[in-house]
Amino acid sequence: MRDRYSDLVRSGPGKTLATMFGLPRPARLRRYVVGEPLLVGPAIVKGVAGAPLLPEIQRILTSAAVDVIAADVMTAEADSPQAGSGSGSGSGSGSRLGAVVIDVSAARAVDDLESLRAVLAPSLRRLDACARIVLVGTPPESLADPAAAATQRALEGIVRSVAKELRDGATANLIYAGQGSGPALESPLRFLLSARSAYVDGQVVRVASGEVTPPADWARPFVGQVVVVTGAARGIGASIVEVFARDGARVICLDVPAAGEALAAVANRIGGTALQLDITAADAGQRIAAHVAQRHGGRLDVLVHNAGITRDKLLVNTDVDRWSSVLGVNLGAQLRMNEVLLDPSLKDGLGGITDGGRIVSVSSTSGIAGNRGQANYAASKAGVIGMVQALAAQVADRGITVNAVAPGFIETEMTAKIPLATREIGRRVNSLGQGGQPVDVGETIAWLAQSASAGLTGQVVRVCGQSWLGA
Amino acid sequence: MAGNTAGPRNAVIVGGNRIPFARANGPYAQASNQDMLIAALDGLVARFGLSGEAVGEVAAGAVLKHSRDFNLTRESVLGCQLSSSTPAYDVQQACGTGLEAAILVANKIALGQIDSGIAGGVDSASDAPIAVSDGLRHTLLAANRAKTPLDRLKALSGLRPGHLVPEIPRNVEPRTGMSMGEHQAVTTSQWQVSRESQDELAAASHHNLASAYDRGFFDDLLTPYLGVTRDQNLRPDTSVDKLARLTPVFGKGQDATMTAGNCTPLTDGASVVLLASPQWAAERRLPALARFVDAETAAVDYVHGDEGLLMAPAYAVPRLLARNGLSLQDFDYYEIHEAFASTVLVTLAAWQSEKFCRDRLGLDAPLGSIDRSRLNVNGSSLAAGHPFAATGGRIVASLAKQLSERGSGRGLISICAAGGQGVVAILEAI
Repeated sequence: MRDRYSDLVRSGPGKTLATMFGLPRPARLRRYVVGEPLLVGPAIVKGVAGAPLLPEIQRILTSAAVDVIAADVMTAEADSPQAGSGSGSGSGSGSRLGAVVIDVSAARAVDDLESLRAVLAPSLRRLDACARIVLVGTPPESLADPAAAATQRALEGIVRSVAKELRDGATANLIYAGQGSGPALESPLRFLLSARSAYVDGQVVRVASGEVTPPADWARPFVGQVVVVTGAARGIGASIVEVFARDGARVICLDVPAAGEALAAVANRIGGTALQLDITAADAGQRIAAHVAQRHGGRLDVLVHNAGITRDKLLVNTDVDRWSSVLGVNLGAQLRMNEVLLDPSLKDGLGGITDGGRIVSVSSTSGIAGNRGQANYAASKAGVIGMVQALAAQVADRGITVNAVAPGFIETEMTAKIPLATREIGRRVNSLGQGGQPVDVGETIAWLAQSASAGLTGQVVRVCGQSWLGA
Repeated sequence: MAGNTAGPRNAVIVGGNRIPFARANGPYAQASNQDMLIAALDGLVARFGLSGEAVGEVAAGAVLKHSRDFNLTRESVLGCQLSSSTPAYDVQQACGTGLEAAILVANKIALGQIDSGIAGGVDSASDAPIAVSDGLRHTLLAANRAKTPLDRLKALSGLRPGHLVPEIPRNVEPRTGMSMGEHQAVTTSQWQVSRESQDELAAASHHNLASAYDRGFFDDLLTPYLGVTRDQNLRPDTSVDKLARLTPVFGKGQDATMTAGNCTPLTDGASVVLLASPQWAAERRLPALARFVDAETAAVDYVHGDEGLLMAPAYAVPRLLARNGLSLQDFDYYEIHEAFASTVLVTLAAWQSEKFCRDRLGLDAPLGSIDRSRLNVNGSSLAAGHPFAATGGRIVASLAKQLSERGSGRGLISICAAGGQGVVAILEAI
């Protein structure tokens, strides 16, 4: 739905008034359009304390055709962070920046953080609208030394605070790169720099080493792949299937039979197929497998659990129906379908998830922070996080990754039904001052579902514009 | 590529789609035939991933049709998600339209003239055409032909108030002035079909349709439309007792056995079926649910002769059986369209009647009885409703799926039609 406040304060008298009274003016976020460059402006790439990942980061940015105007390693003694050097393309140091990427992975001492401040702080003044800050660190849990772990964990505090400080649609995110993650870094780095991550802000993702096959074309990573998306008839689901279809997938759009009319329209719009199926049916998994086997070559590459319902009531007034229907659709059905579709005996031509396949589940910030009147929904969405984390470990040996996205306030038919005042608060209480679009969730899911995202598993990525709710 | 160097090849049913059927002047009251046919086509396109694709042809039609819809099917193709390069034409054989369209498409596939095609039908009893009277029409046409203003005035002066009364389509046979129900009441009476047996058949239809919905049978045969997700006429909890309470609407005195419960209501709806050569289906990894084996049509003289209006299928089936070397008992499913409960019962009685089979059909022996548990196993028109031209597509797709689920066997389709006609066909599992 339309965010009329944002429309009002972006131009004309509304803009003047908003400026006069110091009202927030949410930026128009840059979103991915096929063919547009990864970044609008040049990037500076810096390293702190050794920066072992710097060459890899530079390679990635170069391959993504990013204009890198400075790339060097800062030391604690350096006092002139603006001094550009390295592979500059002639853009002056005064030009607006599309992105700042800093390798902090070798920082082990609190003093190293000063180097980070010294390079990061001045660059913040030069950011273009919708610019990207990405820090690359080392997972603190992998470090035994308390000082080293503290230093790395400090990055989280820095990124989350910087994200809140940024304006004009700029975002800041942190990648914790595990030992030997090298090439696996490319997928998260490209995503977090791109306009695809418009509403992902203040987040931390962990990338481990994984068998990464870079796609032949980063713009169409799903060519030749079969993707099943549940709850595809409307809202976020309809956006998810659009993103997958745009990026080359053969999409099976699944929804309950009663939603068939909208489902058919979505499937026809993206050139996919409609599968009317109630996922709570005992044989839903088998029916999906049979469908993939008969109609799509028997190999399921990506399964997106998006279908979900709400039956909001204070817990004190929640009856068994409201409780069990929400848990049944949002969690129970996913567990049952996973069990069937991950059965190794179905993987070769019989419609099960293939080795190296992907499962992405839709959780919710309600599942992280809780929400008044949504105990049932929050239970299901928190449950999804538990499922993802346990399942990721279970299927790691097959090269299958399992991740979740947790949308915050997304502008959909569902959120349009929230009473005005509550809706307005929901929209504004995040660092970007606006609700996200369904496509923001779709882009994030598609990123996690790529083959190149092999290094990301068991993660929960929030698509919430850094909502104030729940860390 | 299509080619006809070899003999006829198989035509298979890939699948079907329909919108839920709704009672006339109900939820689809504002929907035109074109709206509904497009909805049915788009659901089929989505199910089989045909967006932007062309098929060999689309053959469909409507019984109640506006004059502006002279090219209804082609216009519907242009309005749906199929490629606009898909040719289409209209078919009309009263309630046999949908099945006749399937026969046409199947035959072209069998002959190698096309590799794929969609057959269908649609009818709106709500959005029915209302015509001006012949008097008004003749006057206006004469005025249009007039060369001078004076002549035009003269022509228009022939207008009479009575001419302004519109002609509303009526559910009657033009040559007898009797409604289909009145005709069937005569036949019902001739064959002494009891009220109870009709109510039993009607109750079974509702129960079978309801259980088919409950087991998800229609999940891939139907796409909701305008918020309707199931056939609106369906009464899962009806019973012989409840039906017995209804007042008869057709027939007189002792023979007044036909009620609103055991006759089909006026209905709005649309259905389509995708047929193809086995190769076309295989190349696209599409299913082949059943083979379209053969079909036959018959007509009876209900105007001057003494045969019942809806008795033609009783004549068509034995000819079809003979041509295919089959007996009536060689089928696992029987889909006998329930225009009226008594139509089905009379047809079955006729095949069991030595006299009818000998005198009317010229057979040495009666065709015999059928196993009633194989009749209309997923419900039929009494429960689903009967949008005239859409019934054939409903039956072909449902029977094909039923045969595919069983994995073997054969099904017989029998549909009676206005004008004393009948269209019947055989499907076979693959």
